[in-house]
Amino acid sequence: MNSKRPFSFYVLTAFFSVFVLFLYGPTITIAILSFQGPRGGLTFPMNGVSLHWFGELFKQQAVGDIWGSFRRSFMLGLLVMVTTTIVSLMGGLAFRKHFRGSAIIFYLAITSLIIPSILISLGVGILFNILDWDVHWASSGFGSQLTWTLPFGLLIMFAVFNRFDSAYEEAARDLGASSWQTLRYVVLPIIGPSLIGVALFGFTLSYDEFARTLLTAGTYNTLPLEIYGMTTSVTTPVLFALGTFTTVFSFIVIALFAVIYKIISNKRASS
Amino acid sequence: MTLILIFFLLLPVLAIVVVSFWQSTAYSYSPAFIFENYEFLLTSPVTLSVYLKTLMFTGITWLCCLLIGFTVAYFLAFHVRSLPVQIGLFLLCTVPFWTSNIIRMISWIPFLGRNGIANNALQDLGLIDEPLEWLLFSDFAVILAFVHLFTLFMIVPIFNSMMRLDRSLIEAAVDAGATGWQVLSNVIIPLTKPGIMIGSIFVITLVMGDFITVRFMSGGQSASVGRVISNEISLLQYPAASASAVILLLTVLIMIGTLLRFVDIRKEL
Repeated sequence: MNSKRPFSFYVLTAFFSVFVLFLYGPTITIAILSFQGPRGGLTFPMNGVSLHWFGELFKQQAVGDIWGSFRRSFMLGLLVMVTTTIVSLMGGLAFRKHFRGSAIIFYLAITSLIIPSILISLGVGILFNILDWDVHWASSGFGSQLTWTLPFGLLIMFAVFNRFDSAYEEAARDLGASSWQTLRYVVLPIIGPSLIGVALFGFTLSYDEFARTLLTAGTYNTLPLEIYGMTTSVTTPVLFALGTFTTVFSFIVIALFAVIYKIISNKRASS
Repeated sequence: MTLILIFFLLLPVLAIVVVSFWQSTAYSYSPAFIFENYEFLLTSPVTLSVYLKTLMFTGITWLCCLLIGFTVAYFLAFHVRSLPVQIGLFLLCTVPFWTSNIIRMISWIPFLGRNGIANNALQDLGLIDEPLEWLLFSDFAVILAFVHLFTLFMIVPIFNSMMRLDRSLIEAAVDAGATGWQVLSNVIIPLTKPGIMIGSIFVITLVMGDFITVRFMSGGQSASVGRVISNEISLLQYPAASASAVILLLTVLIMIGTLLRFVDIRKEL
């Protein structure tokens, strides 16, 4: 490649910048608007600058139960994260060897990924109804979210193991490592960072999941459902404050995972 | 793994299929074997128009996502030279994926509303005299939100394909005297086709099954298949909703089946 950048580079850079602006612009806008003064409305101009609407978040709301739903979403996210990570890892390991029915399970996973989410919601809702079980966010909600996070995790594990050099394992075995030792000291450290990625997917996808949880959460709402309910009834910037709050929370989670990822990679590099 | 999928995927779908043959009374439903739900659904003119509308949304969104996604992925893969910058910019594109969709939809309100930024800017520039009404709560807003939410699903697989593309092929093409466009259309596009297919599958299924975006961004004015289903659900018409869901599922599966003929997903990861 020659070192002079072609003209198209500048066009594409401009395009990319516009795209990033398009991606982040709205989010930044509501972040600014959430600092609206107490008398401000849902759009510009800003009517003073204050933390009023964030304060409102902590007060008793006329509708909804923000903190309860936040807690539930958080718990559910953790549950889904742990399950997704463990099951995807096991699935990924299992799929390295061809076993009977592996193709079927694979297509099942793909189907699960592409099936319209409202169908899962409706289906699980009806199923629990027929079985006469109560829908609850920790049972039916949990399960329907797994139909979305598990295939994601599994696909990532496939991608990881497709690039995995099995010579490392053979070397370990030749040195007399048991299969558990091979897994613990060779495979896991190598794929560790990717597992962090799977965990991040599991948590955030669950934390933000809406459609699949809609009919399966039961009496107690998760946070996205709560926000959705608020959009129809709340017309103050408190909505933006909540939006900013959850977005910041998502960013914190992502940053946290990035830090863990960094630590693990460094440890691996130094050892 | 399999057990979870069977219980929360296969059984629910079966339940939907079964219930779609049940009969509904005012507030509940009971076992039966009738075709009434399908008969009503398939003969109603509303169904056809709703499907056409959904397909229109899907088509336009798909095209926009493809063009934007391909351009962005191309820029990232071939024009950014250092790997850390590449990864950094790639992450910049993916971060919004990890934040709430609903919040991202809400974010458009101050932009597109009557007194929103877009209208004010256009008025200040003297391009329009009155606020444009069609910016928010319209088909335009729905498609804008779709593109905003789903372009990422196009970028990631295409970028993945491009990164796996052997660079020496491009060099060979250049050495053989190909122009920039020829390299793009004869080398890069054919070789990134699997990525494009996977991205398309995601975008199409997400748009076909969506109901929140349509409801929210159209202000309840536009219909889509997903919305019809969710309306029927809120009216507790489960058998009717199930019948619609079965038809939707078949439509999506046929579309995906066609796309899958062109790509082997497992090989591409």
